[in-house]
Amino acid sequence: MIELKGLSKSFGKKTVVENVTLKIQSGAITSFIGPNGAGKSTLLSMVSRLLDADTGEVLLDQSDVKKMKSDAFSKRVAILKQANHLNVRLTVRELVSFGRYPYSKGRLNEEDNQFVDKALAYLNLTDMQDKFLDELSGGQKQRAFISMVIAQDTEYILLDEPLNNLDMKHSVQIMKILRKLVDELGKTVVIVLHDINFASVYSDRIVALKDGRLVKDGPTNEIINSESLREVYDMHIPVQVQDGCRICVYFNSHN
Amino acid sequence: MLVVTVIILSVISLFIGAIDIKPSDLLDWESLETQIFLISRLPRLFAIILAGAGMGIAGLIMQSLSRNKFVSPTTAGTLDAAKLGIIISMLFFSGMSYIGQIMFSFAFALIGSFIFMQLLERIKFKDAIFVPLIGIMYGNIIGAFSTFLAYEANILQNVDSFFQGSFTLVVSGRYELLYVAVPAIIIAYIYANKFTVAGLGEDFAKNLGLSYRTVLNIGLIIVAVISTTVVLTVGIIPFLGLIVPNLVSLYLGDNLRKTIPHTIFMGAAFLLFCDIISRLIVHPYEIPVNTTVAVIGSAIFLIMLFRGKAYAQK
Repeated sequence: MIELKGLSKSFGKKTVVENVTLKIQSGAITSFIGPNGAGKSTLLSMVSRLLDADTGEVLLDQSDVKKMKSDAFSKRVAILKQANHLNVRLTVRELVSFGRYPYSKGRLNEEDNQFVDKALAYLNLTDMQDKFLDELSGGQKQRAFISMVIAQDTEYILLDEPLNNLDMKHSVQIMKILRKLVDELGKTVVIVLHDINFASVYSDRIVALKDGRLVKDGPTNEIINSESLREVYDMHIPVQVQDGCRICVYFNSHN
Repeated sequence: MLVVTVIILSVISLFIGAIDIKPSDLLDWESLETQIFLISRLPRLFAIILAGAGMGIAGLIMQSLSRNKFVSPTTAGTLDAAKLGIIISMLFFSGMSYIGQIMFSFAFALIGSFIFMQLLERIKFKDAIFVPLIGIMYGNIIGAFSTFLAYEANILQNVDSFFQGSFTLVVSGRYELLYVAVPAIIIAYIYANKFTVAGLGEDFAKNLGLSYRTVLNIGLIIVAVISTTVVLTVGIIPFLGLIVPNLVSLYLGDNLRKTIPHTIFMGAAFLLFCDIISRLIVHPYEIPVNTTVAVIGSAIFLIMLFRGKAYAQK
C-alpha cells in the first residue's frame, strides 16, 4: 500500500501541494481530479519520486520511498508522464523492451521477451511491433507507452493525464485497458484525469484536490454528486445517472 | 555494405597522393615507397577512420542526450570550447607539457558542453531548430574570445591554420593521441542502452531506475574526450557529427545499441571519401579536408533541413 503523509511542495514562493495525507487503496483505480493548477501532477510526481517533496513522506508498504534503491523502486512503481512530445525513433517493440530495463539492463533474456510479448498483446500492438513510434497515431503511441509500463511489471502504475490529445474512441479504449489491469491482473492504478466523466465511470476511488490541498477522498459514488463537486470546482454540476453511470452534465451550467 | 565501402575507400586512400605508390612497391621493405607508406599513408588512414568514427559517435551521443537531432559538437560549443582551451594554454602557460595542454583543452570542452546542457534545461521553448541556433550562438561567443585572444597575441594566422581540419600533417608520431578515441567509443557502446533510455527524457529514465545525471555526465565526458583528441590532432571537422548520425537514424532508428556500429562505419566512410576528394581535386596538391567536408556536408544538411523539419520534430 502507498501512503502519503503530510506532503508539501513549493516552487519559489508558490505552494503547489500543501500538507496532503492520504492512503492509496491497492487493487483499485484511484483518480486524481481537480481544477487546473490544483497540484495533481505534482502530487503524482512526488509519489513516483520524480520530484522530491519539501516536507512529508511517501511510504510504500511502510518504507520511505526516498530510501529505496532506484532499480528496486522501479520494479514496484511505474510512472508515465505525458509523452506526446517524444521524438525518439524506436520501434514499438524496442520501446516496450525498455520496460524490462530495471530487470535486464538492456540484455533481455527469455523471460523478459515473454513479458514484452504479453505486454504487446495486451494492448493489441503485436501486429505493429516493428513500426517506428513516429509512424503511429496519437492513440497507438499512447498504447505503446502504456505497454512499456506494463512490461515493467510493477504492482503500481501511475499515469499523468494519459487521455490527453486522444479522441473519444481511444480514450475509452485506454480506460478499458486500465480497468482490465486492475480487475484481471490485480494492479493498482493511480491516474490524473481532466475529464470528470471518465473518472466517474472508470475509477473506484476519487481524490479531489484544489489549490494544492486535499478536498475529497473517497469511493467514486460518494464524491460524484453536485454538492461535493461544487466544493472542488466552484460551480454547479448536475449529475445524472445513465445506465448505472454517474454522468456530470456541466456544459450549460450557471455558477 | 558499409564495411565493404570503408575497406574499398581505405585501399583507395592508401594508394593516392603526391608520390605514386603501387602495391608491388611494398614488397621491397627498404624502398622509399614503403617508408612513405608506413610513415604517412597508414597513419593518415588510421587518423581519418578514427576521427570520422569518433566525430560521428560524439554527435550521436549529443543528439541522444539533448534529444535534438540538430545538436552536435559543432553546434553546441564543444569544439569552440576545446579550441579556446588550447589557445589559453598556448598563450598563458607556454611552458606547459603536451599532456598538460591536452588536459586543459579537454577540461574546456567538458565545461563548454556542460554549460550548453545547462542552458538547454533552462530554456522552455525547445524547438528543433531553435536549440542548435542557441548552440551556434553560444559557440560563436566562445569563438569570439578565442579570436580576441589570438588577435591580441598576434597569432591569429597560426591559430587559423592549426585548427583547419586537415590530414596533411598527419604522419607517424603526430596522430597517436587519436587512439584515445578508441576506448571512448567502446565505452559509448557499453553505455548504449543507457544513452537510449536517457534520450527518452529524464522522467522516463528515472521511471526505469536509471541515474539520469550520471549517464548524462558520462556522455558529456565521452564527447569531450573525442572532440579534444580530434581537434588537437586534425583540427575542426564540421557537419560530420551532425549528418552521419541523422542519416543512420533515418533507416535504423534511435536505438544506440543498433546505430553505434553503423555510425562508426558511416563516419569513417564519409571522412575517407571527403579526404580522397580533397587529395584528387588539385592533385598533386591538396585542399584541407574540412573544406570538402563543409561543402558536401552542408549540401546534405540543407537537404535534410528541407526534407526534414517535419521528421526532426516527430
